[in-house]
Amino acid sequence: MKPNDPTIRWIEDPPMGLSGRMYLPLFVQGLTTTVKHLFSRKVTLQFPDERPKIGNPIIYRGVHRLNKDSQGRVKCVACFLCATACPAHCIDIVGAESPWPDREKYCESFTIDELRCIYCGMCEEACPVDAIELTSFLDLTGRSREEMIFDKEKLLSVYDKTKDREPSQSVRLGVPVL
Amino acid sequence: MHTPETIVALIKIVLMLGGLMTAAAYLVLVERWIAAWVQDRQGPNRVGIPLTKIRLFGLGQPLADGLKFIFKEDYTPAQVDKGLYTLAPIIILTAALAIFAVIPFGSVLPMISVPGISQPIELIVAPRLDVGLVYVFALSSIAVYGVILGGWASNNKYSFLGGLRSSAQLIAYEIPLGLGILGVVLMSGTLRLDKIITDQATSGVWNVALQPLGLLVFGVASFAEAARLPFDLPEAEQELVGGYHTEYAGMRLLLFLIAEFLHMVTAAFLLVILYFGGWHLWGLTGSGDIVTWPVAILRIVVLTAKVLAMILFFMMVRWSWPRFRFDQLMSLAWTVMLPLGVVNLLLMAVLTEYRSHLGGGWWAFAIISWVVSIGACVVAGLMAPLSVDNRPKPHVHPWDAETSLGD
Ligand code: SF4
Ligand code: SF4
Repeated sequence: MKPNDPTIRWIEDPPMGLSGRMYLPLFVQGLTTTVKHLFSRKVTLQFPDERPKIGNPIIYRGVHRLNKDSQGRVKCVACFLCATACPAHCIDIVGAESPWPDREKYCESFTIDELRCIYCGMCEEACPVDAIELTSFLDLTGRSREEMIFDKEKLLSVYDKTKDREPSQSVRLGVPVL
Repeated sequence: MHTPETIVALIKIVLMLGGLMTAAAYLVLVERWIAAWVQDRQGPNRVGIPLTKIRLFGLGQPLADGLKFIFKEDYTPAQVDKGLYTLAPIIILTAALAIFAVIPFGSVLPMISVPGISQPIELIVAPRLDVGLVYVFALSSIAVYGVILGGWASNNKYSFLGGLRSSAQLIAYEIPLGLGILGVVLMSGTLRLDKIITDQATSGVWNVALQPLGLLVFGVASFAEAARLPFDLPEAEQELVGGYHTEYAGMRLLLFLIAEFLHMVTAAFLLVILYFGGWHLWGLTGSGDIVTWPVAILRIVVLTAKVLAMILFFMMVRWSWPRFRFDQLMSLAWTVMLPLGVVNLLLMAVLTEYRSHLGGGWWAFAIISWVVSIGACVVAGLMAPLSVDNRPKPHVHPWDAETSLGD
């Protein structure tokens, strides 16, 4: 579109008043705003000393956990739905024949690359047995990339740490635990 | 033999240099605090005493910043002019520090009974220097060389642009700066800064009440000379990376940054001394040349407090006003500040000459001065040289404009 296109409607700035032209009155106005902010309440969160308030930990999307059933076994049935749903391709599952009579498969290994994960929660949505869930843990740190690839044990231990604070979906909905 | 006096002078120089360096370091912290608070943040508040958990509201930050600068690699890019590249920060810092030789940081101390010292010690490194203000001017112009050399020697487009902008800007604003000072000099009849303070203390009327127009002109020009926002075009980060010190790192960058802060401190000192009465405060500090210890200390405290308040004002302005465009900067200097400065000078000349005929003490002087000043500002506003319209013309395409220029 060229500047001389007839369809363009040119809008003029409103003409400046005397205080605008004299500059100083408006300057004082600007300075007043600055001074107001100088003394206003600060919004910074002093992170390690203060924790951010998480509105609803149940729906917060932080570090993952692998849920256990009532007998302490991993709930996952190695259906690969979460790995398929994951847009970041960061879930790696090795399925195997289950040693227990009540299900056919279980996951022999289950790793999530927490650095690649975008915490979208699609895995949680996809899981048919509510085995994988996102907790409200948010300060996730590590000293190496390898450390940030969570394996099955680590994911299960996250469950142990958070199970009291954040009951799993099926418990909350009153569905009998497998 | 002048030995005791030489020692006194050396002590004053050491105190001054130490004080200025510490002040510059802490002003960086204050600047960061103000920046943060204005933006509703907390600002640096973590660094306290090293190796402990004591935080002290971040008062250890300048130490950490200084150490960081010192331990950074002092890198010299390959394409620079080595000699000038090294010289530039040294010139600018030397000039910035040398200015303080004629700036009083108090009034006088009471007589000390040390053999060899026959007069009260004046709190100024070079006392009784009759060309004080001229000296300030000369050295502040030398600081421009530091900026231009730094920009030129870096052999980098952005640095060079920063240097060029700085030279044009500083030359343009020296004139309003000079006109602002001239008004004060006309009234006091002296170029000595300590005399100017004593004058205001004796009459009890600060110059700000007598020549507001002078304050406006001088204030705006000193913002420009110190290259503070809204006149920080030489180093406009958003346009020129870092301006004239883009290619500098480590210690040499630190020298530039300190010099910049010292320019601001100088400007604050000059504003306070020329227009806000220096160390004078009614009913507290007296005005005589013979003082007792409490009064001497009180004067230092009052002067420091005023300068600090002025510096805080400089820092607040930084976050209140957007940067000028370069053409606006120039037209402000030449079409607003210069005429206003001339008006102020004429006004001061006339009023000083006929003061004895006015009657009513300082009142008549002040009232006439304020009326004329406000009138001059309104006229300047009505002519509106700052609202230059440089938006694209709706009917001329840039290409067409170029062709029509070509033939
Ligand atoms: S939260 Fe999203 S990205 Fe992370 S593992 Fe689950 S599906 Fe993948
Ligand atoms: S976590 Fe859930 S979705 Fe993923 S493989 Fe196991 S059962 Fe399937």
